[in-house]
Amino acid sequence: MLLIMGFRTGEGMPQPPSSGAPSAEEFMQNQQELGQAGVLVDSAALHSFEDATQVQVNDAGQRLVTNGPFAESREYLGGYQIIDVPDLDAALDWAARCPGAKYGRVEVRPLAEF
Amino acid sequence: MGPAGEPIDAVFREERGRLLALLAARFGDLDLAEEVTAEALLAAVETWPRSGVPREPLAWLATTARRKALDRIRRDATLARKLATLHADADPARRTEPVAEYWHIPDDRLQLMFACCHPALDLDTQTGLTLRYVAGLSTAEIAQAFLVPPATMAQRLTRGKRKIQQSRIPFRVPGPDELDGRLGLLLHVVYLIFTEGYAATGHRDLVRCDLVDEAIRLARILHRLMAGEPRVTGLLALMLLTDARRPARVNDHGMAVSLEDQDRSLWDTSMIDEGIRLTTQALRHHLPNSWSVQAAIAAVHDEAPSAQETDWRQVRLLYDELFALTPTPIVALNRAIAISWHEGPQAGLDHLETLAGEPGLARQHHWHAARGHTLARLGRHTAAAQAYRRASELAQTPAEIAYLSSRAEKYSTPD
Repeated sequence: MLLIMGFRTGEGMPQPPSSGAPSAEEFMQNQQELGQAGVLVDSAALHSFEDATQVQVNDAGQRLVTNGPFAESREYLGGYQIIDVPDLDAALDWAARCPGAKYGRVEVRPLAEF
Repeated sequence: MGPAGEPIDAVFREERGRLLALLAARFGDLDLAEEVTAEALLAAVETWPRSGVPREPLAWLATTARRKALDRIRRDATLARKLATLHADADPARRTEPVAEYWHIPDDRLQLMFACCHPALDLDTQTGLTLRYVAGLSTAEIAQAFLVPPATMAQRLTRGKRKIQQSRIPFRVPGPDELDGRLGLLLHVVYLIFTEGYAATGHRDLVRCDLVDEAIRLARILHRLMAGEPRVTGLLALMLLTDARRPARVNDHGMAVSLEDQDRSLWDTSMIDEGIRLTTQALRHHLPNSWSVQAAIAAVHDEAPSAQETDWRQVRLLYDELFALTPTPIVALNRAIAISWHEGPQAGLDHLETLAGEPGLARQHHWHAARGHTLARLGRHTAAAQAYRRASELAQTPAEIAYLSSRAEKYSTPD
């Protein structure tokens, strides 16, 4: 799974490799390449972290609903791609081609099998 | 691996590394490779005394290990499924394929080394895995060499092995696009093993010196498998030319001896000859690389009958070239030292002072020691003593501390 992470901008925040944000066209293009290579299993883009809502359940079973991710978190998940490739190097090649890698970072995580 | 595994490792170290690499590359599963390698070696220990050593021991071991792996895959459906998703060779139909003579058995240690030195693993893990699986040291030996508790090292190796498995780090030489950067990482790991052992010379615990031999051994394997790669040749040359001075580096009292004061008749001439031959080979390549240039610098030193008779102009030019390739503070420091010999101590000191702001250097004893040395040559003994004192406070090994303290002592006594 490729987790496409964005950086929040502002004071003391990590600097992305390039400034700006990937365009929709770049992602469409990438999506097309993944499809053509026959490796794409699933993918999604997420709305802004400002529209996020969090849920936690405490020991007493009570729900705690709060607005957004914690203010101090520097990164947010912008979307994901699930790809089926033979090994890590192949996954890294796709991660490097993901537009998100230019403006944030792409985290490569193997799916656990049960 | 059971306790019985370790002494066998020692006997079959070379074979163990090659077998493990072969099986890991073939099945894509380091755990399986490790287990059946151990079983095959155990079978050899049991069988050979009775039946005699086979004509091709490695072929015998490879066939035995492969058969055991395939048996296991047949018995264990989960393992078979896992290997199938790894696109590995788990096809039992191929089990009858005969294993040819020794020289036909591929040497897959390069593939194994690239897996162990994958950037997805942290540097300590890369080093540990390389020593364990490629060099074939035991976990206890590696732990001792790096001065960490055996349990810590065992955990590090287990985690690393698990990451190779879970994230499917391939046992493969990277493609042309990636090879350059990945080989750089691999060579860095080998050199790190070397410097870790080299810095420890003079420790009462001489076991750490084995790391020097291990690093050279790894570089020799690399050199055999990538003979045309000038960086590999350069690294091997550099290590040989540096290690050739080992007998003269520490005196009988366990005190480090500076290059200037070493008894050069103790240097190992056959290592120097081999190192120089390799350096010449590595430099023949049209693009210079930092390993070959460092080897060339070491070669100039090793060929000189004394510090005074060293071709310092050449050393300085080589450091200029090295600095252009790798502009690090430590290279800048060594370049300043070369300048102090080539143009004189004042010029050297001027260069050293320009580096005072380098945060990486001010905390290292090398910079203070180099200042002490040039100040002493300028006759500024009080300042020299202070610099040596500071250097001795920052030095890590007993041999260096002893040397730097004695220098500080020497210049603080009024003549």
